Amino acid sequence: MPVTLRVNGQRHDLDLPPGMPLLWVLRDVLDLTGTKYGCGVASCGACTVHVGGQAVQSCQLPVGDVWDEVTTIEGLGTPDAPAPIQAAWIAHQVAQCGYCQSGQIMAAAALLAEVPDPSDAEIEAALALNLCRCGTYGAIRAAVRSAADQMREA
Amino acid sequence: MGRVRRIARRSFLIGSAAVVGGVAFGVWQVSRPVENPLRPERGATLNPFVIVDGDGVTVIAPRAEMGQGIHTTLAALVAEELDVEMSDLRVLHGPPAQAYYNSALLRGELRYHPEGLGGWRRVMADALGAGSRVLRLQVTGGSTSTLDGYVRMRTAGATAREALKEAAAQAHGLPRDRLATDRGHVILPDGTRIPYGDLAEAAAAVEVPEVALRPASEWRLLGRSQPRVDAVAKSTGTARYAIDVRLPGMRFATVRMCPHPRGGMARFDAARAEAMSGVDKVIDLGTGIAVVAHTTWQAMEAARAVEITWTPGPGPQTTADAFAEIEAAFDTRRNARPRDDGDVDAALEGADALSVEYRVPFLHHTTMEPMGAAALFDPAAGDGPHLTLWSGNQAPILHRDKAAEAVDLPPEAVTLHTPMMGGGFGRRAEFDFTVLAARVAQAAPGTPVQVTWSREEDMRHGFYRPGAIARMRGAVTDGRVEAFDAKVAAPSVMRQSSRRFSGFAPPGPDRAHLEGIADQPYGFASCRVEGYLCETALPVGFWRAVGNSFNGFFHECFVDELAHAAGADPLAFRLAHLDDAPSRAVLEAVAEMSDWTGATPDGIGRGVAITRSFGTPVAQVVEVADDGGGVRITRAWVACDVGRALDPAIIAQQMEGGLIQGLSAAAYEEITFDDGQVVQGNFPDYTPMRLPQGPRVAVRILESGGHMGGAGEPATPPAMPALANAVFDLTGRRLRELPLARHIRFAV
Repeated sequence: MPVTLRVNGQRHDLDLPPGMPLLWVLRDVLDLTGTKYGCGVASCGACTVHVGGQAVQSCQLPVGDVWDEVTTIEGLGTPDAPAPIQAAWIAHQVAQCGYCQSGQIMAAAALLAEVPDPSDAEIEAALALNLCRCGTYGAIRAAVRSAADQMREA
Repeated sequence: MGRVRRIARRSFLIGSAAVVGGVAFGVWQVSRPVENPLRPERGATLNPFVIVDGDGVTVIAPRAEMGQGIHTTLAALVAEELDVEMSDLRVLHGPPAQAYYNSALLRGELRYHPEGLGGWRRVMADALGAGSRVLRLQVTGGSTSTLDGYVRMRTAGATAREALKEAAAQAHGLPRDRLATDRGHVILPDGTRIPYGDLAEAAAAVEVPEVALRPASEWRLLGRSQPRVDAVAKSTGTARYAIDVRLPGMRFATVRMCPHPRGGMARFDAARAEAMSGVDKVIDLGTGIAVVAHTTWQAMEAARAVEITWTPGPGPQTTADAFAEIEAAFDTRRNARPRDDGDVDAALEGADALSVEYRVPFLHHTTMEPMGAAALFDPAAGDGPHLTLWSGNQAPILHRDKAAEAVDLPPEAVTLHTPMMGGGFGRRAEFDFTVLAARVAQAAPGTPVQVTWSREEDMRHGFYRPGAIARMRGAVTDGRVEAFDAKVAAPSVMRQSSRRFSGFAPPGPDRAHLEGIADQPYGFASCRVEGYLCETALPVGFWRAVGNSFNGFFHECFVDELAHAAGADPLAFRLAHLDDAPSRAVLEAVAEMSDWTGATPDGIGRGVAITRSFGTPVAQVVEVADDGGGVRITRAWVACDVGRALDPAIIAQQMEGGLIQGLSAAAYEEITFDDGQVVQGNFPDYTPMRLPQGPRVAVRILESGGHMGGAGEPATPPAMPALANAVFDLTGRRLRELPLARHIRFAV
């Protein structure tokens, strides 16, 4: 099935099996491995990306249903030029094993784009689906809060 | 003191770090009581911990980075002596090599209580073959990594520094002691700065005397929180895990193995799967199948489409059967009685004795990165076939050797790379996933394969924290514990893992089975602890804190019950019985942090617990609240004493992470069995704690000095009893079975 996908500002014309989830197109076809596989059933958030700026669990989104431009963790920022949310993650030393953090960051970035000054409840709601096994939740709360402050000042 | 040796070669390949025109520094420590059988005069290989070349300084970490921050601390140990900025260092995992053996697993320094701690290290040593094979112990576990690297990483850094100075001294006709070092440069007396990289090749040719290590009073990095060396990569999606390995021509595979432990596969029909789009082949693995395809998704879809008839295993069919096996162990011959102080029977006789039973379930590790590994079997590589593996593992030699055996190659024909790990918690000591990847690669010769397990496969093929039962009796008189009597029954993690690792199980007492209950720092008038083991077909393995993870719950809930029976405040009651100053200090600290008064308002409950494991006493207070929508874990306070804290921020992360994992297990987690297989398959059925359920956590680190305790595991054991004790305070219900969600409703 021919599919045209815009990912991180780049256009890809691909021939893919229908129904293939976006996650595996990113990871196994485009080699964008920053987006992680965790469960395949949209219950852990490790695969969270943005579609049209909205946080989406890419493991349950068939590539044919992608309705807008896709942004992955690689498109958010780079090691040399991290996005503000990533800079906050680095400053707060959030990551332990780090495997879930791409998804956490993408969920947090989508939240802050929509709600510049989120309440604790809004942060909790936005990140409720994203599992972390290392117990970084406290650092995540702190990083989202400080990213929000920085982004509003900027 | 340690022997210091150098390796100097024009080209030296280690892991993925090629040293051309550089120099690599290795060092090891001859430690007692275990002799180091590596003798340079016998031509043993020396592996470097520090490589200096034109690209800068690379630290080769002997321990696995699973998230616990050990790479940062190991790098800081080197940087402290080498005078190089943390940001200018690169850290790589060491390859399978004997020089990277875990000395701390065997050394006496962790021994903090005469009868404590030694257990699992000693059995592990037996399991992997002590004596002549002691150096096979290249294992990350037991919260030992910092202690293990404490001297040798600093020595490697100091040796490298002096060699670089000597090279500069010779080049400029100056005595070495007139030179200094600063931020990656040797400084001449006239202020000229020479980058280390420019001196590396010359440094390879100089002789360096043994170097004294800098005293702690001169440290500028150690003792202070350093930026984690992996923070940027892990915040930008650029950290590479085994699951991310991509090679030209790579194919993507998955496995579907028999879900019945020790069961098999009677037959399978792959016709429909083989006809599916993108599928290369279906491989018969004897007790299951693998599918190799163009993408992981196609492989997983096809694996589900293979029609398989499984044969059942010999193990228990249901959870009730599994616990019946454990319960029956109480009627078998006792395995161990490490404590028998005073006359317990006399003290219980006639007293108003408390007699209760506790149960904890089987648990899964649920690392966020599912099991899997990448592999390439090259059938005609020079001298013969060669296997290359990329596997996130906690025991490189073991994984390499087992993979070699599985594909019928000598270990020298196997190269194992250790990428970042998306969580370990003990699961990645087991070699099953590395072996399966090797076998898939062997069946697809010449093609690099990325073998990713589905979450369901991961959850149903675990090495579970065993279920366990404790029968506790005790008596108090006038506020003092007169009798403490504990019997603990569970499958033996040590025996099972020993059989898997080395083919035999060491006979005798399994001390690890009673760690956390036989070695706690309490002084009771009489105390008896007995262990009972059951054989089971269910696979059990190392789970964060191992035996402490269930024994901490048994011990600290029962102490709470005894305090209640004595009519005493549970915190004051513990303080009155603790016979160890650091343990009392952490308990006093957590009381102060939480403003412990012993009284809580309606709707709020607080529980306290203290355990000492891996050399580190940890006290916790956990607070719960019920606002009508279920029980919410609102706050937690943690105080620990690691002896000497090399990186406070990383230790605090481990304390908070260990607490969260313990709370998560105690509240929600449970692996159950039906039809001879694990019921839970994915996060909807086995849900760890999520962010909104997590408490606000405060951590305080005490440093009494004199020892160096672990950080990765010791915060997990007290979290479970602290939560159960808080629920008791809130509800008046003494819940003696985990997970608590079986009995109370938690807020979402």
